[in-house]
Amino acid sequence: MSDRSKAAQIRSTAEVVLSVSGVWKVFGASASAFRNRAPADRTAEALARDHLVGAVQDASFDIRRGEVFVIMGLSGSGKSTLLRCLTRLIEPTEGRIALHGQDILTLGEKALADLRRRKMGMVFQHFALLPNRSVVGNIAFPLEVQGMDRTRAEARARELVDLVGLTGREDRLPSQLSGGQQQRVGIARSLATDPEFWFLDEPFSALDPLIRTDLQDEVQRLQREQSRTAIFVTHDLDEAIRLADRIAIMEGGRIIQIGTPEELVTRPATDYVRRFVAKVPPARVIRVGSLMQAGPVAASGVSVRADETIAEIAAKIISNGPVTIAVTDRNGLLVGALDRQRALETLAVRA
Amino acid sequence: MTDTSSHTRHPVLGPRALWTGGAILIAVLAAFLLPARLAGSPDAPLLPVSEWVDAAMNWLVRDAAIGGLSLSDVTRALAASAQWPIEALQKLLAEGWISGAGFNKKQILPPASWLGVTLATALLAGRLAGWRLGLFTIAAGTYIATFGLWTSAMMTLSSVLFCVLAALILGLMLGIRAHRSPGIEPTVRAVMNVMQTVPIFSYLLPTLLLFGYGPSAALFATVAYAMPPMVHATVLALQSVPPDTMDLARMTGCSRRQTLWKVELPVAMPRLAIGLNQVVMMTLNMVIIASMIGAGGLGYDVLRALRRLDFGAAFEAGMAIVVLAVLLDRLTQALARKQSAGLRKGRFGRDLLIAGALVLIPTALSLLVPALAIWPKAWTISVAAPLNDAVSFVNQRFYDPLEALRTFALLYVMNPIRDMMQLLPWPVVVATVTIAGWILGGVRAAMTVAALALFIVVTGYWAAAMGSLYLTLLSVLVSLAIGFPFGIWAASRPRTQQAVQIFLDTLQTLPTLVYLLPAVMLFRNGDFSALIAIVSYAVAPAVRYGIDGMLHVPSERVEAAAMAGCSRWQTFRYVRLPGALPTLLLGVNQTVMMALSMLVIAALVGTRELGQEVFTSLSQGLAGPGIVGGLCVACLALIIDTLLKAAAARATQQDRSSHV
Repeated sequence: MSDRSKAAQIRSTAEVVLSVSGVWKVFGASASAFRNRAPADRTAEALARDHLVGAVQDASFDIRRGEVFVIMGLSGSGKSTLLRCLTRLIEPTEGRIALHGQDILTLGEKALADLRRRKMGMVFQHFALLPNRSVVGNIAFPLEVQGMDRTRAEARARELVDLVGLTGREDRLPSQLSGGQQQRVGIARSLATDPEFWFLDEPFSALDPLIRTDLQDEVQRLQREQSRTAIFVTHDLDEAIRLADRIAIMEGGRIIQIGTPEELVTRPATDYVRRFVAKVPPARVIRVGSLMQAGPVAASGVSVRADETIAEIAAKIISNGPVTIAVTDRNGLLVGALDRQRALETLAVRA
Repeated sequence: MTDTSSHTRHPVLGPRALWTGGAILIAVLAAFLLPARLAGSPDAPLLPVSEWVDAAMNWLVRDAAIGGLSLSDVTRALAASAQWPIEALQKLLAEGWISGAGFNKKQILPPASWLGVTLATALLAGRLAGWRLGLFTIAAGTYIATFGLWTSAMMTLSSVLFCVLAALILGLMLGIRAHRSPGIEPTVRAVMNVMQTVPIFSYLLPTLLLFGYGPSAALFATVAYAMPPMVHATVLALQSVPPDTMDLARMTGCSRRQTLWKVELPVAMPRLAIGLNQVVMMTLNMVIIASMIGAGGLGYDVLRALRRLDFGAAFEAGMAIVVLAVLLDRLTQALARKQSAGLRKGRFGRDLLIAGALVLIPTALSLLVPALAIWPKAWTISVAAPLNDAVSFVNQRFYDPLEALRTFALLYVMNPIRDMMQLLPWPVVVATVTIAGWILGGVRAAMTVAALALFIVVTGYWAAAMGSLYLTLLSVLVSLAIGFPFGIWAASRPRTQQAVQIFLDTLQTLPTLVYLLPAVMLFRNGDFSALIAIVSYAVAPAVRYGIDGMLHVPSERVEAAAMAGCSRWQTFRYVRLPGALPTLLLGVNQTVMMALSMLVIAALVGTRELGQEVFTSLSQGLAGPGIVGGLCVACLALIIDTLLKAAAARATQQDRSSHV
């Protein structure tokens, strides 16, 4: 999980590549007149009174290069609508979505298609494979649409087949693959054009739990190898915690908290978030860096890294040894000391 | 379960039932107080609708023009342009290229050899559906050739090929258009629904007027008749493309054309192939019927033989229709299955070469060996004579029981029911169906039903419509009385059920004309033969839905009944039957629709009802009465359809609410 350590780094250093501000998606008869509403008329009650459905309400956030941004919520919370607004599969009612500073809501049809071809890849909940095309044909599809000739497209597709571990199944049809294998094809296809932005819409919720874990590992591995800016929608908190640099929790169309998994668990913004994360053992999300005492300390036998979670270093905590454990940064420099007792207590807190 | 549904039903039905009773009472009273013109069945039309249609058609044909170009010129030009490809097909398959006429006749090129066509088709059949269908193809080809029916069969086939292609292209285009603009989709669907219920003959009339008497008029009628299911299938198929897949097309930046050709059509292909199957079967049915206006082919052979009372010959030609129908059905079904399993190209090119060789070599050889081109008359096999003997033997030997059955049915069942229905005052009938519509489907259904019924009244076809209704209802009752119990029985026996399904599939592929043959052989012309023919055609959906209904009942409910200690009868009565009700009601609907479509064909054996009106108008070339009569059949069909669909929807709803 070392890639997760990027979080802090990303927040401070990497540039903002996607900036979302004041995005609304309102369904209903008078949705077009929505822009003229005063802020006072935009509350949940006011919307309900006028028979409007505020699927996404005033969403604002920035995503930095290489970040895995998870949008999470229960069904009907507006998470998929928000993702589709970011790609303009659904036209937002209002707001600004800036990709490298350019507002994509002002793009014409041609320019938008071009942007999607070059910069975006998407993985779908129900795979959306074309049943008449083989594995290679499906992966080559986005390249073909771009106008690449067939031989080149298929050569590139074959590289991706290897990347997602489907070697030997190049010529199978989707109907001859298991659900997990089908989604591997979906992942490979979404990466065929080497997009800058990677959108994943509940990619694993149609799969059974074991396969889901495999594919989560796969996504983590791919992120380690070729770090992309990823926006990942899920209703599975466990999945969100495993993959996210930051998580945005949505409820009833509103983003109620954005933060790292650790922030959500240790400092939930509302009761709703508190109940949501209640089942998460703190040790899974709390990092050594948050518990340690910074400053120069004497080095002793074992050491842990500041960006590891307490759960990850559990074995080192419970083994016998000195009262404090040395903490290093990614480059192995000593940065502080972790109190074994405190770590043990964190580890012992049950959800 | 009964508890909750009776609670929910009461407040809805209670006042309505009261209203219903009152309304019927008032209607009956009104009927007796009304002036004589409105009581019973109005003989003369209240409005001369058919004259208007006549005038409109005449205007269309004679005077309608856009910028000096008259409509009839356009249609005749269309007919002429369609003439070329269809003639080319017929020359290729049936006649060969011939120059000169009479004694100077010289064959330039022979038609494709029957052996070659049979073998090539067998190869295709074998590749698509396995060696059994391949063998069947060879047997079918041999039968058709050796019985001297090859030329007729190829005339029919070339018409079918041409019409299928045209209906396919037009249907796809319309369907794609309707899918793209949701605004026009309901309109298209409504028009297509009416088009599917208007009887076959009604299509022939306007095309005759517009395109002139002859093969191309028949072809245009066929295309118009067979296109609606393709439009319907296209819209459904395109709608069935998953939303995720459409999002994929947009996310990869597909243009409209790329979306259509690379995403929508390939994904929709299996369903489109099912539509193709329907189009092929409807086309074949229509082509057979269209023989009457000079399209030639197997249908014409059957009709000619029937007019001569040569049952043997009619049977032989009828069997050729049957094998053709079964073959076309299996081939297109196999294609649809291959589509959904994913078609592999690989061997396609090689197969095409082999097929080409299979056709070309015997055709070339047929220049030396004429028997390969057209099976010599002298070698033709015929079982017509012994068959005719057998028919007359049966008719003589069993004359008394057959005649007794026929007379009894006519005198004591059929005629009384018909007389009674025709005596019913029309306001009562209209009021009753309207109220039924209201109870079952609410105000909209009531208005629809009333408007449709009044159309029949106004146009003056009430008596004829009652004649149709009586024959339809009676045949439907008989079909259901046979079909449902049989279907319900078969559903509990998986083996029997499979055999029955295969049998029904085959039965349903047969063109309607074929069903008339056995009935007429045994019972001569008249209503009784018509009844037999209609029942034998309409019993298939009754059986099918009987089976489906029983299989449709959730197994948990049956298990719950078993755990509650229900006897077999109790399980059937309280669990299976109520659970199957919605499906059974749809089955009734389907049976009625089949009966109505057969009714019009049954007019050929001399019935007295709407079908006969249309048929007579056709033979006299009267456009107005023919079209309006056809629309009346459509009205009848739509009334019954509206009522039964509403009833099925209600039943489903109750079933659902009892689920919770």
